[in-house]
Amino acid sequence: MNLSDIKLVLPLTALFAVFFIAPLCVLIIMSLSTDAEMHAFTAAHYVKFFGDAFNYSILWSTIWLGVKATLVCLLFGYPIAWIAARAKARWQSVLLFLVILPIMTSVVVRTFSWIVILGRQGVLNQIVLGLGLTDEPLRLLFTETGVIMVLAQVQMPLMVLPILTVMSKTDPNLADASRALGAGEWRTLWKVTLPLSLPGIIAGCVLTYSACVTAFVTQTLIGGARLVYMPLHIYQQAVGANNWPFAAAISVVFMVAVLIIVGVLGALGRKSETYARP
Amino acid sequence: MPAPRHAIDWEAASLRIVFVTMTVFAMVFLIAPTVIVLITSLTASESLKFPPPGLSLRWYYALLDADQMQRAAWNSLVIAVWTTVISVVLGTAASIAIARGRSKWIKACDLLFMSPLLLPALAFGFAALVYINKLGLSPSVPLLVLGHVIVCVPFILRTTVAALSQLDSALLDASHSLGGSQWMTFRRITLPLIAPGLGSGAFLAFMASFDNVPVSLFLADERNEVLPIHLWQQIDTNLDVRTAAASGLIVIFTLALMLIAERLAGFTRQMR
Repeated sequence: MNLSDIKLVLPLTALFAVFFIAPLCVLIIMSLSTDAEMHAFTAAHYVKFFGDAFNYSILWSTIWLGVKATLVCLLFGYPIAWIAARAKARWQSVLLFLVILPIMTSVVVRTFSWIVILGRQGVLNQIVLGLGLTDEPLRLLFTETGVIMVLAQVQMPLMVLPILTVMSKTDPNLADASRALGAGEWRTLWKVTLPLSLPGIIAGCVLTYSACVTAFVTQTLIGGARLVYMPLHIYQQAVGANNWPFAAAISVVFMVAVLIIVGVLGALGRKSETYARP
Repeated sequence: MPAPRHAIDWEAASLRIVFVTMTVFAMVFLIAPTVIVLITSLTASESLKFPPPGLSLRWYYALLDADQMQRAAWNSLVIAVWTTVISVVLGTAASIAIARGRSKWIKACDLLFMSPLLLPALAFGFAALVYINKLGLSPSVPLLVLGHVIVCVPFILRTTVAALSQLDSALLDASHSLGGSQWMTFRRITLPLIAPGLGSGAFLAFMASFDNVPVSLFLADERNEVLPIHLWQQIDTNLDVRTAAASGLIVIFTLALMLIAERLAGFTRQMR
């Protein structure tokens, strides 16, 4: 590493050291302190967290919320990327523009429009009742299903873009060869296209997952006060209950949980890249 | 002799039909909220009923008197501009080192700079509050901007490093051998060539800052309320139709900025 590179990377590294690493270290110390003044060390807050089934269930429901929303994104994001990769340049731009639009629009605005859609007299219930699919209005606002739907819409671009990047780099001859050798379209998808796009799928899952579990605005506005996920739990303990050491302990547990899942996915991603090599 | 009939290859067609159907369904799902928020904001009534009973611009006019909302919007704008400027300067410098660096240390820095994208932003926001509190400081605009830079700079790094790695190093060598200094080569050769990538990253960072809730929640003081938090509280407490008009304005501005970014920088291409 030469001197000019060090000079270039130093300002941002300094900012990260002072305003990212240092706060996280203070957070860890706070989580191990008896009180907000940090007088003495204790592991009591972690014992309290893991000793109480309520905290436990919040952690699990947050992790599962992320898994479900990520799977919905993958289910619909993969076909979008597949179509976009095969579309003419002009259509591809239009498709991408529409996929990116939701993530550029303010998250509060997006969530707000979903309240108009999902409410008891909302757009969706008018359609469903109008078609006679159900007699009772569907309950979607303040349910997990509603939160998953909205998260899927909000985070879809994070899944589509990495898959599309990998797909547009893979050699189209490989899929052609598979067909020429007699494999049908579905078999080619399953045996050639899908494994080759695995690095993109995993990169997409990492980004989507970490965005879904931490989506505070969507979780609180669509989930309401009864559905508590980790970000709201941290906020309530930090601001509502003013219990900083416990809020810090919850934050650390949450960060470690997300890092473990992202780390495992990342390791799978590096492994999957060997598929694409000859 | 009868011509051989071309049977439709149902096996091949079925995959296309399934994928096209799913894409169309997903696109409706993706676009509907934006369209619905625009239509709702034009309602003539006092409620958020959809479809609106009549159309009018009355709630947009009502925004002219919404002092608190205007102040919040101005605060958000100032914070987003500062965040973008600082992120662009620090991010571009770091990107150059990351794009040409092969060493372990540069890779570690890259990972560090990207980690705010993966770590729960709300946990970082809380950590920053605890930290500045322990330093004896209280939330303020400059500290809020620094917090935003941490979570927004990854967007600039991603697009700029990608643009730099596409750069033909022969161009830089040519500039050097013709006597161009490092700074001149950067300004006259590198910068124009990476401008679309850098610009797209800056646009993403600006929008991410303008829209940030998890960090602002802890680092914004009462006097400097930001727009997304103001709107969030409005939605949470009373569903005011002015919120719909403000949402409509944000959607229109976002669309306009995206179209400009697409024209100038091929924004959607930079995202891949």
